Amino acid sequence: MTQAEATRQISFIQAINEALRQELQRDPSVIVMGEDIAGGGEREDFQDAWGGPMRLTKGLVNEFGRNRIRDTPISEAGFVGAGVGAAASGLRPVVDLMYVSFYGVCADQITNNAAKMHYMFGGKVTVPLTIMTGIGAGTNSAAQHSETLYSIFTHFPGLKCVVPSNPYNAKGLMTAAIRDDDPVIVFNNRQLMGLRFDDHVPEDQYTVQIGKSEIKQEGDDITLIGIGFTTRVCMEAAEELEEQGYSVEVLDLLSLSPMDNDAILSSVQKTRKVVIVDEDYPRCSIAADISALVAEEAFDYLDAPPRRVNAPHASVPYSRPLEALYVPNKEKVVEAALEIID
Amino acid sequence: MPYTEINRDSLLWMYETMVTIRRFEEQSRREADAGKLRGMHSSVGQEAVPTGLCAHLDENDYVLGTHRSHHHCIAKGLDLNHMMAELLGKSTGTGKGKGGTMHIADIDRGMLGANGVVGSNIPVATGVALTAKVKGTNQVSVVFFGDGASSQGVLHESMNLAGIWKLPVIFVCENNRYAEATPFEYSVAGGSISNRADGYGIPGVSVDGQSVMDMFEVGREAVARARAGDGPTLIEAQTYRYMGHFGADDPLGYRSAEEQQYYIDRDCIANCRAHILEGSFAEESELEEIDASCLAAVNEATEFANKSPFPDPEELLQDVYVSYS
Repeated sequence: MTQAEATRQISFIQAINEALRQELQRDPSVIVMGEDIAGGGEREDFQDAWGGPMRLTKGLVNEFGRNRIRDTPISEAGFVGAGVGAAASGLRPVVDLMYVSFYGVCADQITNNAAKMHYMFGGKVTVPLTIMTGIGAGTNSAAQHSETLYSIFTHFPGLKCVVPSNPYNAKGLMTAAIRDDDPVIVFNNRQLMGLRFDDHVPEDQYTVQIGKSEIKQEGDDITLIGIGFTTRVCMEAAEELEEQGYSVEVLDLLSLSPMDNDAILSSVQKTRKVVIVDEDYPRCSIAADISALVAEEAFDYLDAPPRRVNAPHASVPYSRPLEALYVPNKEKVVEAALEIID
Repeated sequence: MPYTEINRDSLLWMYETMVTIRRFEEQSRREADAGKLRGMHSSVGQEAVPTGLCAHLDENDYVLGTHRSHHHCIAKGLDLNHMMAELLGKSTGTGKGKGGTMHIADIDRGMLGANGVVGSNIPVATGVALTAKVKGTNQVSVVFFGDGASSQGVLHESMNLAGIWKLPVIFVCENNRYAEATPFEYSVAGGSISNRADGYGIPGVSVDGQSVMDMFEVGREAVARARAGDGPTLIEAQTYRYMGHFGADDPLGYRSAEEQQYYIDRDCIANCRAHILEGSFAEESELEEIDASCLAAVNEATEFANKSPFPDPEELLQDVYVSYS
């Protein structure tokens, strides 16, 4: 068998699409709804006009029909709330929130209803809702279409949050999210949707366990922790640091709630230095949370303070040179690492 | 409205349900005054609205409510013992004491929750109706909300969504004239909530919410319409809360004693009782027996709740997730 036959490469978009299609085939209680996820409304001549703005849902309406693949009006509070109600009454809805910044118009439904119903009602109601949403700067989309914001949702008990970093874990996490009995938000970075990956993605269904991180490469001198797109940044930085003679461990966080604290701590206890790379705003961020975790739980192991590479405390700029300064990149990670590595 | 089709069984069930609600709310108030719960939103005066509607629902249908929802729960058939225990934060409550007065739910009886955020349950109920539509069940979803919630965007988003998808959901506005202390005529532009249905191509009906017979008639039509697949209905029930917003506040700070008396004189229980007796559907002695049994049931619930234990400390961290690791 040649190498080409042994491996199967698909894009991040195809991976999400495949996870949705296979779960729709497997479980009749799965439905998908959101703005333009098919496109064309109910016009017979224009079926599947869009397949979602990122084409994540392309082709689903033709295979599963309008009863299960539903274009919604532009009313996030209405259709995210409907997703909550549908989930609480026997469906497994996947709701597409086009960009995470739009959470502002439906936050009540996510934080007051989806997150709390199971607890408030004494564990007797479950909300197996999946929200998938686009995140990330670097696409010249400016301040209201480029945020990351996952840290906000990790603040709420009752919600689970996952951030895939490649097509393999995108498919596996998406499948796991749909099957999960708790509400799960899947944060899909839009830069990843335009990149090529070498990872093998099995055609058969599989899940990536929610709550587990992945060690992308082992090393002894420093730990770099990445989230979604910044895992790729960490890998680039690791390559450069290795060229300078350092042994670098890269941890791909994958899941933010629950978070794999054990994996973080055991890696940091080994390397004694850590740089957390997080595209979200720096205040009350995942990076800040991990920094606190490491300081509290692994202080005696540390040779240097934890370092954080976040986006700045500023909205995402439109102008491309400014935006390039905004997103964490290899240079910033290498610089932060070199400050603490010796 | 003609009441000829409302038979004796329906009338007596509705009478009993409303009296139960009234006694339950009076007792809840006493428990609150004794310091056992806070922030109790009394539904006294509004009993007819959910009662007339729920007369057409079975346990497979869903009801969703508001911060003021004890009457919705009782009309949907929830157990009084477990409701009162929830009010007192006891482990035997509908939510093990973790939800309280504003978050009573019992999915086994089709009550998918009271909700402390005004308007918040309207899209949730719309999603419940979506489940019925997608699965092809014959279930109906009913959401109750107040005149205050009629100004929330989610009502309009949900009427639009239910309108285009023809969902089996019934939007029931209990217009009790006051959003907390702000009068209806100040906060609702155009002066009508039911008229707002026109813009979404769905029927909008205004009904005397102090008449359980009128509520029954309107409810029958809306439920039949939903079950037939003809889509949602918006019902604006004109009603009145006799107490303040949360019970301990004095409503005479923002409304007159004359106005209060006008509505109290048109009390839903009194006029249902008069209708039963005038139509000879039952003897006065039968109604007195019902009155006594309602009081006894509430007294039993009160005793049950007060004797029940508080939740164990471990409950603090239970039910946050189905699983989390």
